[in-house]
Amino acid sequence: MERRIPRVVVTVIFAGLLATPVLYRHVRAGRTEAPGAAAPATLLSRYGFGFRESSQESGIAFRHTSPNLDPKLNHIMQQVASMGAAVSVADYDHDGWPDIYVTNSGEGSRNALYRNLGDGTFRDVAAEVGLADVNGPGTGVSTGAVWGDYDNDGFEDVLLYKWGRPELFHNDAGKHFTRVSEQAGLPAWVNANTAVWLDYDGDGKLDLFVGGYYPEDVDLWHLKTTKIMPESFEYAANGGRKYLFHNLGGGRFEEVSAQMGIQSRRWALAAVAADLRGTGYPDLFVANDYGVSELYLNQGGHGFVEAGKQAGVGAAPKSGMNASIGDVMNQGRFGVYVSNISEEGVLVQGNNLWMPRTGDGVRYENMANAMGVEMGGWSFGAQFGDLNNDGFLDLYLTNGNVSLDRKRSYWYDYSKVAGGNRTIISDAANWPPFDGRSLSGYQQKRVWRNDGAGQFQEVAQLVGVTDVYDGRSVALADFGNRGVLDAVVANQNGPLLFYRNTASPENRWIEFDLEGSASNRSAIGAEIRLYWNGQQQVQEVLGGSGFCAQNDRRLHFGLGKLSDVERVEIRWPSGRKQTLAAPATGQIHHLKEPI
Amino acid sequence: MTPVTTQAAADHRPQTGSALGRFFSLENRYLPPLLITTILLVGQFGFGLLESFSRTLLAIGTAILLEMVLGRWFYGKVPNLASAYITGISVGILDRSPEFWPYALTSALAITSKYVLRWRGRHLWNPSNFAICAMLLLAPEYVATLSIQWGNTLWPMMIVWVLGALIVYRVRRFHITATYVVSFVVLSALRSAITGHPFLAEVAPITGPMYQLFIFFMITDPKTTVTPKWGQCVVAVVVAVVESVLRLAQNVDAAFYALTIVGPAALVIDIWWKTRKQARVRT
Repeated sequence: MERRIPRVVVTVIFAGLLATPVLYRHVRAGRTEAPGAAAPATLLSRYGFGFRESSQESGIAFRHTSPNLDPKLNHIMQQVASMGAAVSVADYDHDGWPDIYVTNSGEGSRNALYRNLGDGTFRDVAAEVGLADVNGPGTGVSTGAVWGDYDNDGFEDVLLYKWGRPELFHNDAGKHFTRVSEQAGLPAWVNANTAVWLDYDGDGKLDLFVGGYYPEDVDLWHLKTTKIMPESFEYAANGGRKYLFHNLGGGRFEEVSAQMGIQSRRWALAAVAADLRGTGYPDLFVANDYGVSELYLNQGGHGFVEAGKQAGVGAAPKSGMNASIGDVMNQGRFGVYVSNISEEGVLVQGNNLWMPRTGDGVRYENMANAMGVEMGGWSFGAQFGDLNNDGFLDLYLTNGNVSLDRKRSYWYDYSKVAGGNRTIISDAANWPPFDGRSLSGYQQKRVWRNDGAGQFQEVAQLVGVTDVYDGRSVALADFGNRGVLDAVVANQNGPLLFYRNTASPENRWIEFDLEGSASNRSAIGAEIRLYWNGQQQVQEVLGGSGFCAQNDRRLHFGLGKLSDVERVEIRWPSGRKQTLAAPATGQIHHLKEPI
Repeated sequence: MTPVTTQAAADHRPQTGSALGRFFSLENRYLPPLLITTILLVGQFGFGLLESFSRTLLAIGTAILLEMVLGRWFYGKVPNLASAYITGISVGILDRSPEFWPYALTSALAITSKYVLRWRGRHLWNPSNFAICAMLLLAPEYVATLSIQWGNTLWPMMIVWVLGALIVYRVRRFHITATYVVSFVVLSALRSAITGHPFLAEVAPITGPMYQLFIFFMITDPKTTVTPKWGQCVVAVVVAVVESVLRLAQNVDAAFYALTIVGPAALVIDIWWKTRKQARVRT
């Protein structure tokens, strides 16, 4: 027999349970400061930095265009042709000022190389140096570029990857670029969305990893079939193959992926190569769309073993779109940030911040929720960098997939087909027409400020990052050589944004520009461990990270208000170790690997 | 969801002699929990179906604990926990959230709804269906529903379909599942004709695990279905029709909402009809 009093009490509890999400939302909202709630000077003192979008005054006027693929894809063209905006940073002319290379993806469109003039402005010199006209008919279109001095001549060369013919350009002393793709032995066609330079065997010559997205036998402009889509939204293994090009010297490369244990047909969207375990050799982390991430552990330069599942990063399939690393807690170990898709009420994947477990180098735990960097909408590129020079790495994330009609969403139709069996999802003909709708469009970006105590605070709107373009690729660099990281963002079908940063002047900084001698000259893979104020932070020179992006090779450390650095330990890719005692702060140290 | 072994079904217990027969019989109240546990384990170890084991265990634990406490408080004894287990495991599979609290909250809402949302001694909503809909409405930024497949091959889907069909057949609920599936397919064709979208796109959702849980465990829930067999079929058709209307309005979780709308309405009519009939008999 039912009892009256319990029923009344349980009804009250039930009502309380129903109200819980509302209360939870209210409490969370209370922790976030509303934009405009404080004056800019107050915000600068509170957060330590502020951005101002300055592309126009900096001479940057670039707008990305998407490709028009085979008409068989017309009904879902906006979804399929939704990538290609990419940005990478390199000092191509060796003048001490980081330059910007940005890709375009319309057929016949031109890429731009913004030379940093050192006075706060840039000038597009891509056409002059031979890097503009790279999206010609029949060659595919650009999806990204990574810079590395593959022949150790002192100038950064560039690998341009495409949905099409990958191109390697040799840098002729910073004056011109010569196309050397055939001599290098690159394949005729790869539908790539990621590539990184790495010296996986430590022989002093940069090797190259390229990750395919669509299979390499698919020419997206001349489709033989519409069955080109992923066979699953979460378990797809019908994507493009992976390539590992071993640098033989003399400008030639040998494809060795199978011998080295990299055999995957997942839909790779991002990769980062770094020494994640302290072995002295770079491991390779690959974030895959439509599936789990992969972690290739370097076996002393003799091959790789895929250990994603054992490490914990390859268990739950999501939509990996970014791979960037950072010593988030100043523990001397790298965490890996992978972005995914979250759309209210439809798909809440959450982004992953894979933090290494203490005492075990190959086990990771997702701390994104606990540390507050989980929800980023339809997330794409992200980069770690100390934006306010307080000594802790912050995180800049761009997002937004397709922004068309604000009032109509493709999400229902997308979720409908995405949940179907492979015979349905893998055929583009089965996909409902996009019809000018948005798919996670007009999203607010995320800039997370690291409080140094294990929590990130989202401050994008407060620090001036207010755009809602369809962001893809983010790169960070100190473009003004003033000890402050600026951000440059490539947007799909949108402008290249240049966010100039103003950091609180009381926080100190130090930067390192490394040049290898026994190691590859770009020093990609070199690791700097900086000790100060009883703590340490490790950073590594990377040959690409984020989503289709590359930060400046120079390593930037914020130091907080304490200016003294105890020591700096450098581990060069060759294995050589170097220690600097108490280097001066507030300057860029140019260091050449001692012979 | 609650186990499909119920009084209604138990009234028609088959006489089975063999061990296998007894296993696949209505007397085996642990058969549905066994099936859903199998689905969970195969899904997780084969395809990483779950957000995480810990979240699913939290959902199961919350459901069982609350059922024990509320059952004892209301009725003076701990009820059979198979129902709470299925509710918890369903929440653990169907809820998708990177946070932990939604799993506990959904389970808590599901179990308490059984004790609160009642009319003439019966709870009106399928507990997990109600709770998931409540969370989708109240916390859409934190919760979505399962939307992934059984890997890339057909065999896991076929196994679940065959096993599920076998079990609902044994517990005399197959007609509900079959009616719903046929209705869904027919209405998919209709939606395809209306929207101009490919038929396969319209029918695609039913090939995923979410729907398998829905058609084997949710719409067949005896505690929240009407009594006559023909009525159960009518309700299945109406659920599919309402779902189609919601789908035409681009509602991603149309199936859950359709059952939430139709189920209690049908049950209220059923109870009212039976009461009226009993009153007539008395007079």
